[in-house]
Amino acid sequence: MSAHTLSVLVQNVPGVLARVSGLVSRRGFNIESLAVGATEDPGISRITLSVDVDDLVLEQMTKQLNKLIEVLKIVELEPSAVHRELILIKVAADVDSRGRVLEILQLFQGAKAVDLSPETITIEAVGSPEKLAALMQLLEPFGIRELVQSGVVAMGRGPRSITDRSGRGERQKAIRLVP
Amino acid sequence: MSTTDPAAPEQTGAQSLVSSLEHAGVDVVFGIPGGAILPAYDPLFDSSVRHILVRHEQGAGHAAEGYAVATGRVGVCMATSGPGATNLVTPIADAYMDSVPMVAITGQVAAPAIGTDAFQEADIRGITMPITKHSFLVTKAEDIPAAVASAFHIASTGRPGPVLVDVTKDALQSTSQFRWPTHLDLPGYHPVTRPHAKQVREAARLIGEARRPVLYVGGGVLKARAWDELRELAELTAIPVVTTLMARGVFPDSHPQNMGMPGMHGTVAAVGALQRADLLIALGTRFDDRVTGQLSSFAPGAKVIHADIDPAEISKNRSADVPIVGDAKEVIAELTSLLRGNDARLPDVGEWSRQLADLKHRYPTSFDLPDDGTLSPQHVIKRIGELTGPDAYYASGVGQHQMWAAHFLPWELPGRWLNSGGLGTMGYCVPAAMGAKVGRPDATVWGIDGDGCFQMTNQELVTCALEGIPVKIAVINNQSLGMVRQWQTLFYEGRYSNTDLKTNRVPDFPKLAEAMGCVGLRAETAEDVDAVIDKALSIDDAPVVVEFVVHKDAMIWPMVAAGASNDDIKIARDMAPNWAQEDL
Repeated sequence: MSAHTLSVLVQNVPGVLARVSGLVSRRGFNIESLAVGATEDPGISRITLSVDVDDLVLEQMTKQLNKLIEVLKIVELEPSAVHRELILIKVAADVDSRGRVLEILQLFQGAKAVDLSPETITIEAVGSPEKLAALMQLLEPFGIRELVQSGVVAMGRGPRSITDRSGRGERQKAIRLVP
Repeated sequence: MSTTDPAAPEQTGAQSLVSSLEHAGVDVVFGIPGGAILPAYDPLFDSSVRHILVRHEQGAGHAAEGYAVATGRVGVCMATSGPGATNLVTPIADAYMDSVPMVAITGQVAAPAIGTDAFQEADIRGITMPITKHSFLVTKAEDIPAAVASAFHIASTGRPGPVLVDVTKDALQSTSQFRWPTHLDLPGYHPVTRPHAKQVREAARLIGEARRPVLYVGGGVLKARAWDELRELAELTAIPVVTTLMARGVFPDSHPQNMGMPGMHGTVAAVGALQRADLLIALGTRFDDRVTGQLSSFAPGAKVIHADIDPAEISKNRSADVPIVGDAKEVIAELTSLLRGNDARLPDVGEWSRQLADLKHRYPTSFDLPDDGTLSPQHVIKRIGELTGPDAYYASGVGQHQMWAAHFLPWELPGRWLNSGGLGTMGYCVPAAMGAKVGRPDATVWGIDGDGCFQMTNQELVTCALEGIPVKIAVINNQSLGMVRQWQTLFYEGRYSNTDLKTNRVPDFPKLAEAMGCVGLRAETAEDVDAVIDKALSIDDAPVVVEFVVHKDAMIWPMVAAGASNDDIKIARDMAPNWAQEDL
């Protein structure tokens, strides 16, 4: 098993997310996270799938996803790609402990307090999944009241955009004419 | 881009739907009207499209499948929302598993009512998502033609399959200008049909080096209409052939290279060929568990060339050494042309072929006649085939009679065999035979059904009688759910829990047939068999049902127990070939 990130470009049409998530679940593929949103082209959405599977399962998953008519392209991002996630954490912090929590935040670029109450601090943090895991480990002892994660989004480094890259396991899809 | 006549008058979505079916070349639709789809039935009344009013939507779906398999064209069924649509679920799943091109059109409640639990509302697109190749929910009249055109294109190209078009009632009632698209907006759909030349060369090289190769041929070869190409390749290379349940008839059974059907109830020669092969040339087949048995011990010494139009089938169950994505017709033709080349090497299969021919000779598909004078179901099915001939179309239900039909009917011609292979749908036979007869009105169409299966969908014989569709249905009545009974005999110490259908006299099948407007016949002894078959064959102005009262405990052999290795094939109870003594 190894970690992989798939960027799946899909037509931005109703039901497409249900198709993708339904396929993943009924074929028994385990996913770590799924994030979806519009792209620079409003007709196209991008789904980022993080999976921890062996190569055969990854291949089968990609092939099955490619069969969905509304899937346009699947690219597997290299491990060196930029991976980011946004989390919001509500941490227990009273007058005594608040200072120590804020101290921890100073050590993490991308983390800041966004809301304060007498008993809690709400923290917003953006970073790689590893970095966020480290932050959460440090905050754990204070008591995490609530946690929400956006799911990982990722983008390849360098000048090439995803539209310049060839899709995984498939020849380029193209528009077809009916005879 | 569309063909637009600026002067084209506005028409209702219902009219657009019917016009779209006409533009798609549809000549027949099987269906039942109801509230949400009702607007479409009004213009259908005046259309060139023939609508066949079935008695249950499941019948409409299987009839569309039967029509599609018999003609190679897209089968069409239509139903209303809610229960009408959910009754189509089984045939849609069936078509998905067996890659049958089908378009299912369903009515849906008006768009504003979606999600309100309205009367006869069911999220049929959601329900069928896992069992359709694609689906459309159409909420605007102007979107109907493009959805229908896309549905037919998707259903019939690449790996064929069912496509659902769910149309809301308000879309059917509102108006728009009719535009039949000349161009489809399907940027994510591009099936690869042309195989990669390098892969085909590699395949040709492996074939040349093989000593014990087998052509493992599946239903994809039939879908690609590649039987001539297959025969050319097989005869050029002299490689033995096995044809899966879905591919029966794609290569003639009488051909000396045909080892028969592989799998759980396959012939010893076919199963032995796969198990001892050093190279499988898998064409349009998917290494189904009913063929491979225990996967880890399937064809243990074989390299695999796997050609399929669906890339997801390749290396799904068994890893392929040479994967080839492409249409079977193109793949086989290119392979043959390479192997015909001057510098090509053909395998020396003389010894291997002799061994398999010997195996085929010593373990033929055979059966024992019951010693109590009752009818042998195998004999009945064999005689139907012999008296009718290979040019007829044969549909079957699911169970023992299906396996006997697969072995004992005359499989000489492609596309004559209709059965539910992947889903194993009891009740497929009668409506599928009906659809086949509609598609091939001049051919004889037999349904080989069981007494269990027949009772699931026999009401479509009413449709057949009223619509002038003279099918012939043989009810192989062993008074039980025979296949399950066989498993209970073998694996549950003969504890026949709920498999006795008590159909020795209830229902009275000939009387039931007569009540439905068919001719009802019965045979109970060996002497009756030929006479009733001849009688059934002589009637071509009404559907005929022939009940054959057969022995209860006839079993289907050979058999590989579920989950067992193919090496443990039994030719009869407690009898297995001795592989150690086989010189393979």
